[in-house]
Amino acid sequence: MTCLPAKTDKKLGLAIDLDTCVGCNACVTACKGWNDQGYGAPLSDQNPYGADPSGTFLNRVHSYQVQAVDTAAVIVNLPRSCLHCEVAPCVTVCPTGASYKRVEDGIVLVNEDACIGCGLCAWACPYGARELDAAAGVMKKCTLCVDRIYNENLPEEDREPACVRTCPTGARHFGDFADPESKVSQLSRARGGVELMPEMGTKPVNRYLPPRPKDTLQASPLAPLLDIKATGFAGWLDKMLGKI
Amino acid sequence: MHPAPSVLVFTVLSGLGFGTLAFLALFAHLYGLPALLLWGLGYGFAIVGLLASTFHLGHPERAWRAFSQWRTSWLSREGIAAVATLTVLAPVALSDWLELGWSRAPATLGAALALVTIGTTSMIYTQLKTVPRWNHWTTPVQFFAFALAGGAMLTGQGIAPLMLALLALAVMAHWQYGDRRFAEVGASMGSATGLGALGKVSVFDPAHTAGNYLMREMIFVVGRKHAAKLRVIALVLACVIPALILVVSAHPVAIGAAVMIHLIGAFAARWLFFAEAEHVVGLYYGKR
Repeated sequence: MTCLPAKTDKKLGLAIDLDTCVGCNACVTACKGWNDQGYGAPLSDQNPYGADPSGTFLNRVHSYQVQAVDTAAVIVNLPRSCLHCEVAPCVTVCPTGASYKRVEDGIVLVNEDACIGCGLCAWACPYGARELDAAAGVMKKCTLCVDRIYNENLPEEDREPACVRTCPTGARHFGDFADPESKVSQLSRARGGVELMPEMGTKPVNRYLPPRPKDTLQASPLAPLLDIKATGFAGWLDKMLGKI
Repeated sequence: MHPAPSVLVFTVLSGLGFGTLAFLALFAHLYGLPALLLWGLGYGFAIVGLLASTFHLGHPERAWRAFSQWRTSWLSREGIAAVATLTVLAPVALSDWLELGWSRAPATLGAALALVTIGTTSMIYTQLKTVPRWNHWTTPVQFFAFALAGGAMLTGQGIAPLMLALLALAVMAHWQYGDRRFAEVGASMGSATGLGALGKVSVFDPAHTAGNYLMREMIFVVGRKHAAKLRVIALVLACVIPALILVVSAHPVAIGAAVMIHLIGAFAARWLFFAEAEHVVGLYYGKR
């Protein structure tokens, strides 16, 4: 049903630390790997080894340069995936009821058996979180690894999204944002977690933790060497050579 | 936004079809062959348009499911309104054609439903906050103006030239406001990445070097090259020439020619409606 729940019991989502992310794309690979083998249609590739490769991904890592005034530019890696919005526009536009937001945990999912592949939900999403699979003809999106997080056949440490489990720098955190004392809520509070594109009115659940301020940079690490004053014989030589 | 041919055919022809049906229901006093011809054209355009909309679906065989989510989805409402219009007007059309003398009572309801259908079609686009150019009152105004001008022309109404003049105003208003909409909404690379407070954001390394679904579907920058010229062409073909023809003559041949020229212009305008529309997801790619 495409009516959004007035309130969800939990608000499961990710806190992504842009200070720690090194842009290694391990989360992209882990996501594609896990979502290729269980839940729903596999994430297909078209012409993967040819001249014009293309494929379906639920998570993509962008790199941006941020240039502040009077300081060196900073490179920030930004993994982009579904933010499991509270006011998910992708759900309400769906004509078939294939898209829905779960009351129990707030995860936004697609019932692929009911999806007609019209693509309107992807148009409605500001974040580019949904991609129509070219082979299956149905809409694919991040499930927050709903088939891992509740899966009692997995060891307990594996019951988190594949991207979080695999992240080698610990930049991705999974938890319940409805609980103010959860790890992700505390992290987001402490680090000033931000919403992406708040002007779209989607009230995303995921939070991005901005990069910490860098140390003040000197003009050049070699600058102190340029200020050395020669003394004694070297000083005399310096003066003489300067006069020639 | 990518101007997919199926969506162009859908919006242009179904608009013309439902506009024609509304005029036939309210103002036509035709019987026999002329009734068959005009009702046939109205139904034909509406149905061809609706069928075209299923061509771009990943699973057209499941299209029936689209009638279920009328509570939130404009696309679902559009499907229901379209089928309701075609059903309610069917006895009226049949009676006009075969001179059965049935009550024309359903005609008013059918005309109202035709207008609702045109409105729901426009809301599919207007509702999208992610495409600021569409997310504006000029979008439904433009869709109504196209449908009613087309319908007035095809059914030979005297007010057709006036409707075409109003259409020209509606289309120009959409362009005028549309050009400012993206800036008005305020989405930027800074807000898209959440990094705007730290400095000026630019793309350092794209997420991927090959294209993907998002870029093919929503980042259509190529087509804007000739936008200014196309706007003039669209306006001249869709409004100016048909209006001049209809002022000079109301002969069926003149009407036919005017409608054909109008349709070419309507397709050009609708192509621009998509090609010039910028989706905010382009901000992640440093494009709009």
